[in-house]
Amino acid sequence: MASPKSFLWTRRIVLTLLLLFVLVPVYVMLSSSLKKLQDVQGSFKWIPSGLTIRPYIDIWSTVPLAHYFMNSLIVSVSATLLSVAVAIFAAYGVSRYRFPGRRFFTITVLSTQMFPGILFLLPLFIIFVNIGNSTGIQLYGSRLGLIITYLTFSLPFSIWMLVGYFDSIPRDLDEAAKVDGCGPFGALFRVVVPAAIPGIIAVCVYAFMTAWGEVLFASIMTNDSTRTLAVGLRGYATQNDVYWNQVMAASLVVSVPVVAGFLLLQRYLVAGLTAGAVK
Amino acid sequence: MTATAPPRSAPEAGPPSGKKPAAGGRLRPRIPVRLRQLGLPYLLLFPALILELLIHLIPMVFGIIISFKGLTQFFIRDWGSAPWSGLDNYRLAVKFNQPVGEALLHSFWVTCGFTILSVGFCWLIGTAAAILMQDAFRGRALMRAVFLVPYALPVYTAVITWTFMFQQDTGLVNHVLHDQLHLTSDKPFWLIGPNSFWALVIVSVWKGWPFAFLCLMAGLQNIPRELYEAAAMDGAGVWQQIRKITMPSLRPVNQVLILVLFLWTFNDFNTPYVMFGQSAPHAADLISIHIYQSSFITWNFGSGSAMSVLLLLFLLLVTAVYLLLTSRKRGDADA
Amino acid sequence: MRTSSTSSRLLAATALVAALGLTLSACGGGNDDGGSGKTSAAPGSLKGQTITYWASNQGTSLDNDKQVLTPELNKFTQQTGIKVKLEVIGWADLLNRILAATTSGQGPDVLNIGNTWSASLQATGALLPWDAANFTAIGGKDRFAPAAIASAGAAGKDPAAVPLYSMAYGLYYNKKMFADAGIATPPKTWDELVADGKKLTTGGHYGLAVEGGNGSENIHHAFVLAKQRGSDWFDASGKATFDTPQNVAAVKQYVDFIAQDKIAAKGDAEYAQNQTITDFATGKAAMMMWQSAATSIKAHGMTPDQYGVVPVPTQTAGATGDAGITSMVAGINLAVFKNSSHQAAAVQLVKFLTSTPEQKILNGTYGSLPPVKEAQSDPAFQTPDLKVLAGVLGSSAAPLPQVPNESQFETLVGTAVKDLFADAAAGKSVTEDSVKAALTKAQQQMPAS
Repeated sequence: MASPKSFLWTRRIVLTLLLLFVLVPVYVMLSSSLKKLQDVQGSFKWIPSGLTIRPYIDIWSTVPLAHYFMNSLIVSVSATLLSVAVAIFAAYGVSRYRFPGRRFFTITVLSTQMFPGILFLLPLFIIFVNIGNSTGIQLYGSRLGLIITYLTFSLPFSIWMLVGYFDSIPRDLDEAAKVDGCGPFGALFRVVVPAAIPGIIAVCVYAFMTAWGEVLFASIMTNDSTRTLAVGLRGYATQNDVYWNQVMAASLVVSVPVVAGFLLLQRYLVAGLTAGAVK
Repeated sequence: MTATAPPRSAPEAGPPSGKKPAAGGRLRPRIPVRLRQLGLPYLLLFPALILELLIHLIPMVFGIIISFKGLTQFFIRDWGSAPWSGLDNYRLAVKFNQPVGEALLHSFWVTCGFTILSVGFCWLIGTAAAILMQDAFRGRALMRAVFLVPYALPVYTAVITWTFMFQQDTGLVNHVLHDQLHLTSDKPFWLIGPNSFWALVIVSVWKGWPFAFLCLMAGLQNIPRELYEAAAMDGAGVWQQIRKITMPSLRPVNQVLILVLFLWTFNDFNTPYVMFGQSAPHAADLISIHIYQSSFITWNFGSGSAMSVLLLLFLLLVTAVYLLLTSRKRGDADA
Repeated sequence: MRTSSTSSRLLAATALVAALGLTLSACGGGNDDGGSGKTSAAPGSLKGQTITYWASNQGTSLDNDKQVLTPELNKFTQQTGIKVKLEVIGWADLLNRILAATTSGQGPDVLNIGNTWSASLQATGALLPWDAANFTAIGGKDRFAPAAIASAGAAGKDPAAVPLYSMAYGLYYNKKMFADAGIATPPKTWDELVADGKKLTTGGHYGLAVEGGNGSENIHHAFVLAKQRGSDWFDASGKATFDTPQNVAAVKQYVDFIAQDKIAAKGDAEYAQNQTITDFATGKAAMMMWQSAATSIKAHGMTPDQYGVVPVPTQTAGATGDAGITSMVAGINLAVFKNSSHQAAAVQLVKFLTSTPEQKILNGTYGSLPPVKEAQSDPAFQTPDLKVLAGVLGSSAAPLPQVPNESQFETLVGTAVKDLFADAAAGKSVTEDSVKAALTKAQQQMPAS
């Protein structure tokens, strides 16, 4: 399409500015993570006067970073998989069936998005403790508790996005599958889910990011052995000092795999949102 | 924990309609097909419902009960023993001419301002970027990837980096503004005082706009090419096409996007907490932190819960009104 | 206690959840004893019991604390046969974790608390009261310094905790900077401090560094400055009296270091991460008022011969009584959780940690002062700076108000002072009226009790 000069220039200027806005903090992280502590505590310089990889060695001993990373990974991945599984079933139900209470269900689930976390943090905590006392299933202080909590955080948005996606898959497809002898679940798994892969991946990414960054519940519900990164990284700010260079180094180290995975999946993300969120 | 039941019974649940159940199959033939079909959607929703009940709804009911109690540190060991305080907690929270209510109201306005600005900028930048990147050009894929980085970074990482950059004496922001561009005569403060509000908005926009960008990009892909071609034939320029075709087509995306961003931003706890710790500066005293301080720091959960309930009521009201307004508009447009 | 059959039935019910990956949460070490409940040892014998100890962050990192405490706790296990599970908790999390433990009844057996929280936590009833019998079990109340005991709970009640580490504020000054400015002796009164500070404030260097963005620090100084004027923040019935003229003057005096005297850098107003120590140790500021800072200063590369420590100034030279108060009683207390099913073992651990030899080792490592009188005579605590701080603790330190609402006080007034500092740093004038307005507002937000 032939675009006028004004459009091209606007594009150049706006996108360059945005690129700067996005990249400057990333550059700060990178350069600060390679500085000595005294340099980081001093005035900011664009070009570091001396580089050291020391922070990248120290991060592992200042706080048990690897352990926190594993915790975060286990919690976020489990929460993501479960949340998406539950969301697929619910979305299938909402998308393919008309039943009394359907509207009520969607509204209720969506309205949980409005709940301020602070309102149900303490009650949830008390409930977890009581479940632990009466059944022996330890939810407080365990990864299990965090997993169920986080999975419900992303559930409403996931269901709603998948409903949109499932709606866009022609009903004839699963009807045909049913005629061919699949039950409703057969139709779901053989036809609808494969057709909805981009949407499902988009939901996965969203659920993962929600669990990965959560601070409030993690600070109350975890202990030494189950602490996640989001709260564990605070360990670089100690009694005496904030090890800024280590904070940055650790942040980079833990972010690289996540960002890389995210970018690999971004193609699906757009495709998934295209059909899902946009309805 | 019965949440697991439906998936497990999945293979048993569905006899292909119109076919006779296989003899000796795993089916329970006594349940009539119709009943099974009626029950099926509920079965599908069951896990989601149970989880929402356990994690959101029941705790929220608890929270509402607590808001009618004087649950302070004297009673937290056995919260059931806390005395009923009727509407006291609410009365205290809404007496806006007295300091507690006044502080809450202040915090509410701060949050409103913050949310409007943050959502507004997120939407604006997201829309601009999505529209400008609608057509292919060299480096588009790479640029799109870079733009998604802020969304992919863990909240703590992103916010702590900005906090580092906002330090008055040693931060990058003042280095650029004061030392390099000489825009300010003095190094301003960003983490305390009035500017802390803007610092918060900047961080929130930085973290949030890629999500808007992503959704709008997806929305743009749904607009049929023919529309643009037809408009081009009629002699409409790029700017006119954007105004006449792109923006109206994005309306359904916008309706949802803005609502979701609004709710997330209004309830955002992670950003201010990582940035300011337990006590935010007056100008950036977001309601989530304010309530956290009134309940978790001072262990007065009754009053904290009452404030949360008020907040919830407000959000319900705003959402309802918003949906009503935008849906009607949409209806008019369609008609 | 639950039977294993119920839990196995429940486990069966969660089979699919588990199959989907939840089992991950059960493996990987961590909370081994989580689901199986507490192991109850045969009554009468403490041997073989395992207790949990929550330690606060005292060293350079959480890991450093673990390295310091583990060998000591091993000693304890050797002596008594009681095993200790140690968890070091950062200050950002500690109060929330205690809250969680209190609410659920599932907490550690022994824990560290900031001594200013003593009365607040005492009010919850979650901590074991240290009555005469309990004190006897650890060697008697009179082994401890009275000031330290006074900051372990509300007056007239059995203390809720036992002092573990004590600290006091002193005025740290940079010897070379003082000599260069021609100042012979460190200041004894606030007027002298301001005068000296003005001489020292030149060319990017400042007379004083303050941690203006840190609510707790603000409270500690406001408390002392008010005390010197004979004023308290709560009356005898526990009612808040924040906006008395003396308290207003106290807060104003503190904020004026930036606002009017300009002997502290404006940037100090946002300090909340101990940048004060960095500034002092790197020579950016010539003085600071800090509690037991030797270890931290050393960590920044400043040697003990480069600085001196004297008591914090008073309004008039040689003031005594309340007017001579120069520090709050700072420190960490050791509490036993009332819900502990191993109370006897827990008390044994308290006895061990407050024994004279352990007090010497631990306080020596952390640079704090032993609240146990017998341990104070150890040569390790006879360094010039610690001798000064011990003197302060012994004669001119007062405990922060021991009221249940202390945390509200700390939050409201601490934040008010922080906002006043922000005003001062932004060049807005801080007047008596603006200070009074801020304190009145804080006072009115205090719960009516």
